[in-house]
Amino acid sequence: MAKHSINKAVKGTDFQDQPDQGGHFGLYGGRYAPETLMHPLEELESAYLKACSDPAFQQELEHLLSRYAGRPTPLTLASRLSDHLGGARIYLKREDLLHTGAHKINNCLGQALLARRMGKGRLIAETGAGQHGVATATVAALLGFQCVIYMGEEDMARQRLNVFRMRLLGAEVVPVKAGSRTLKEAISETMRDWVTNLENTYYLLGTAFGPHPYPLMVREFQKVIGEESRQQILEAEGRLPDLLLACVGGGSNAIGLFHEFLAEDAEKVAMVGVEAGGRGSQLGQHAARFHGGSPGVLHGTFSYVLQDEMGQISATHSISAGLDYASVGPEHSMLFDSGRVEYTTATDSEALEACRTLSQLEGIIPALESAHAVAEAVRRAPSGKGQVYLLCLSGRGDKDMEILERELRL
Amino acid sequence: MAGDPDIATTAKMVVALAQAGVDIVELGVPFSEPIADGPVIQRSGERALRSGANLPRILQMVRDIRQESPVPLLLFSYLNPVLRYGFERFAADAVASGADGALITDLSVEEAGPYVSQMRRQGLDTVFLAAPTSTDQRLKRVAELSTGFVYAIARAGVTGAREQLSAAAAPLLGRLRAATSLPLAVGFGISRPEHLTELAPLADGVVVGSALVRCLEEHQQDPVPHVADFARWLREGFKTQRHEPIHKSPIHKS
Repeated sequence: MAKHSINKAVKGTDFQDQPDQGGHFGLYGGRYAPETLMHPLEELESAYLKACSDPAFQQELEHLLSRYAGRPTPLTLASRLSDHLGGARIYLKREDLLHTGAHKINNCLGQALLARRMGKGRLIAETGAGQHGVATATVAALLGFQCVIYMGEEDMARQRLNVFRMRLLGAEVVPVKAGSRTLKEAISETMRDWVTNLENTYYLLGTAFGPHPYPLMVREFQKVIGEESRQQILEAEGRLPDLLLACVGGGSNAIGLFHEFLAEDAEKVAMVGVEAGGRGSQLGQHAARFHGGSPGVLHGTFSYVLQDEMGQISATHSISAGLDYASVGPEHSMLFDSGRVEYTTATDSEALEACRTLSQLEGIIPALESAHAVAEAVRRAPSGKGQVYLLCLSGRGDKDMEILERELRL
Repeated sequence: MAGDPDIATTAKMVVALAQAGVDIVELGVPFSEPIADGPVIQRSGERALRSGANLPRILQMVRDIRQESPVPLLLFSYLNPVLRYGFERFAADAVASGADGALITDLSVEEAGPYVSQMRRQGLDTVFLAAPTSTDQRLKRVAELSTGFVYAIARAGVTGAREQLSAAAAPLLGRLRAATSLPLAVGFGISRPEHLTELAPLADGVVVGSALVRCLEEHQQDPVPHVADFARWLREGFKTQRHEPIHKSPIHKS
């Protein structure tokens, strides 16, 4: 199915040249939106492209990234974890050390500056775990925007602390009560707000997903992760890493790390994205789009989607709200089909165990999202003697304390 | 939404609406993520999904309706259920069932090529949406890909009945007239006979969705006569104007 909707598959080393002008990453991506949103998306694209070529924009962004958010983030050798596993040397790219506690701030600063250039006074965003919501509320406070965050009721309950953080930062948090009351419904509700309030409102989408130009724009604002990592690993090891690891919800931290290395030979720099394996492989029990999903259109883009045989979007489950979503960034779908990136899964319990391991061996408490990538490193490292792994530790676990306390019973 | 409250009732309702003087019936295919819809249509879609409605059953229902009524039928869907079904199969089965065309809410003209060519092969109409935010260039493209009529969105926003007509409707209809000779239908926010009176000189058809579904929702036990009465009440709005019914348009070629 669906093969006819499209242009061409991507081969070889073309990966870094994607997307095309219509926002297609090979077969995937594009702009599937109601007509009312099409011209606003065109305006967004042209404002973004204009900002890209404006040195003043780049300068202001770099200034905020370094003086406000805390870039560059360090690359930490996880010595005790590596010794414990007895194989690969594992480095952690410390996005958890950024202001607001995750990589999300990179994208929020970029898009908020863009919103200001476009003359918008109001930022709206969806959030799953609350990390993107907190980062959006933060930049709204910093730059003086009105801010509304849509969050599924279920996610509000499990990430209660982040809800309060957003409110403390001056944002309005609107509970979304439809469907599974998680990220999927929060995105739908944010799109409805946007289409109703186009005049003064900027939709600050939080991951490399949605209609063009969002997947491109978010990747570009996140690729600093990979650019810094390359330089830092060369300084530390004198060579490139053998394996990159990152968790994949929408996939913005992963693509931010991977993009810089896509032109490298896969034999030289392998990559693995880790999806949420949840409670099991049955539809509805996980959020592993590449293990049970198929291509479809959700929220403006063509990508792998967890859906039933009638094209209805499936419910998903993950202990980590940030990975709990039925689709995935279109660039990842291209990379999956091509085999350039391998996509695996970690279950809820593997992620919890990895969270405890990293906390106790390194004194670093990862977000449950990032703990999925740690779980994959734990699985692989013993057979990786002599190899160098570079893992994007996309966020810290402060927001997850209530879940961790309940689940780990220490 | 087709299947709200159930498929059999929808079929009866379509026939009753045709008898009440409705020129074209849009049959909504329910989708789990209705991003362009307000609360009334969202709830209707949820009820339809719970009743087990899906594209194959809706196409079968179209066949059943065709035994009783020649009223033009337009399938109205988000893209994913149709994509999953397959464009080629969708077009073939839709024409075999007796449907006249389709409108896909979240299929932009940019991405519509493969869908439109399958629909053309079967001689089905493809209606596209035009919005107040559409540039003249976009309106031209929307008109080029549309057959039957063009659907003008009266206000930027989600579907939903409003007391007042949007001021954006008239200028959009004016720009569309300059872009195409196709008939124009206008929808979003239309809920009263006065709205029809006001729009009759500007458009060839008026689309009423949420207001009708709200009537259905308020009479879940016995919706058919109430919905038909509501349609008759709305049509009063046309009595004060000379009205050229839209079903003279190419969509009524079946």
